[in-house]
Amino acid sequence: MDAREQEFLDYVQGGGQVETDDWMPDDYRAKLIKFIEMHGNSELMGVLPEREWILRAPTLQRKLALTAKVQDEVGHSQLIYRVVEDLGKPREQCLADLISGKSKFHNVFHYPTETWGDVGVIAWLVDAAAIISQKALLKCSYAPYARIMKKICWEESFHILHGRDVILTMMLGTDEQRDLVQEALNRWWGPLMQFHGNPIPKEDDPMFVWRIKSQGNGEARQQFLDGYVPQIWELGLTVPDPKLRKRDDGVWEFTEPDWAELKHVVTGHGPKTAERLELRRTTREETAWVRRAVLAEAA
Amino acid sequence: MSAQELLELADDELILGWRNSEWTGIAPLLEEDVAFSSIAQNEIGHARAWYELAARELGTTADELAFDRQPDEYRCSRLVELRLVPDWAATIARHHLYETADAERIAALKQSDDPEIAGLAAKIDREEAYHRMHAQMWFERLQDEPRFTAALDELRPLLNVRDEHTPELAELWQEMTIVRRSVAGATW
Amino acid sequence: MIYEVFRQERKGQAFAHAGSVEAPNEEFAEAYAREQYGRRGESTALWVVPREAVHEIDDFADELQKNYHRVDGYPLKEKLGRARERAGTA
Repeated sequence: MDAREQEFLDYVQGGGQVETDDWMPDDYRAKLIKFIEMHGNSELMGVLPEREWILRAPTLQRKLALTAKVQDEVGHSQLIYRVVEDLGKPREQCLADLISGKSKFHNVFHYPTETWGDVGVIAWLVDAAAIISQKALLKCSYAPYARIMKKICWEESFHILHGRDVILTMMLGTDEQRDLVQEALNRWWGPLMQFHGNPIPKEDDPMFVWRIKSQGNGEARQQFLDGYVPQIWELGLTVPDPKLRKRDDGVWEFTEPDWAELKHVVTGHGPKTAERLELRRTTREETAWVRRAVLAEAA
Repeated sequence: MSAQELLELADDELILGWRNSEWTGIAPLLEEDVAFSSIAQNEIGHARAWYELAARELGTTADELAFDRQPDEYRCSRLVELRLVPDWAATIARHHLYETADAERIAALKQSDDPEIAGLAAKIDREEAYHRMHAQMWFERLQDEPRFTAALDELRPLLNVRDEHTPELAELWQEMTIVRRSVAGATW
Repeated sequence: MIYEVFRQERKGQAFAHAGSVEAPNEEFAEAYAREQYGRRGESTALWVVPREAVHEIDDFADELQKNYHRVDGYPLKEKLGRARERAGTA
């Protein structure tokens, strides 16, 4: 690392903020693009499991709420890809890399949704896990990203409430509805525990070193458990991990998540990865003419 | 205006909104995805408002009217029940045709003797103004595209066909009601 | 084309930069800005401006002693103390 890079590193580690046209080390720019792009990809892919249920929402209120939630995710991907584009990687390139499998998206969006129970669990707990990471990103050293995180966090706040409302309504409903919730939770617990990533010490995580992330993976996971396990237990739901407990010192103990599964899934081998990427590919092809018609230079 | 006439209006908005919501997440441009989703949500919202008026007269609820009738009881036009994804030209053609026709319908409702109907129509019209702007914006952009003008010609005759539904409506209804029907009488 | 969007949250507040949208022209940009930054009634007003119309300035010269036109150029405590002594009001 040369002197200028070292100065930059000290600057961001001291809380300094970086704007789009500031000088930045190549490694910082590359890591930033990769990280932010993965977030954009995740928002865009996260849309796919949920949008199936927009068409099946059982009341008008739920239909509106779920459509609005998915709309927000698309909106977030727009905000995020704009940031990436201003850093030097065009949106079309990001989308091409996503579809070809060259770039990644978060594990949870590689799994199927089976029932309305999944709709509730995703909105309540997957969004909760995401918002913990997103709140930490409010302090990102790269200011344009930190700024959009503010809007993203604000919009996510209704998602969690909507999710909790869906779950509570079912838990107050019939035995079949309660079973749907427990069953969905049983399936989603594994991916949820893997969501924040393997417990690499933050000093060894380049994203933390550059202050792109301001929180370690383990820390985020603990925050998630602390916030949401009580909410799960208070409804009489069980978490499918016999080892899960909070120690006297406040630290949550749990069965070590399956890191091999996480790696396998995010490298493009999840149960729904291929199908969803294919859907993205075909819808893009089918609407390519629209982008040509619209984004061509205005007459 | 009778409850049955209200249902015609509500069913049009519901089914069109449902169809338009099929684009959420897969629209041609991210910015457009967000905009078009709002239009779909507004349509569902309008449907809900009309259902609520009809529901009072019929002694039921908006959700029951929206979901618990049989496909052949819906009074929507053939135009709105077609599944047009992934054809954006057809989607915008329908959007344009529908908004133009609906503007006239709403204008008439704003003159209704029933203050509730007139009031609701006025509110809806204020939201619809943005739908019309959006449809016009796209019309101007696509008017030289052969596939767009072809779609307009193909869809225009279906605007007021209300006699018989296509099998597509029954398919849509199956999907729409699958969760609702899965646990009889449940609250969701 | 990229359009920058500025939003005013409440009447009386300053317009602040909120983000940007990609659009072929002004009309589309307005429609898209309205949705991204106003669909929840979170803004009372928006300014939508083509990116090339926004000129950034981020360099300023401030080389010579210029505290004459800033508050920090006026440490009055010591003089005030002496003036009060002289007036017998200390």
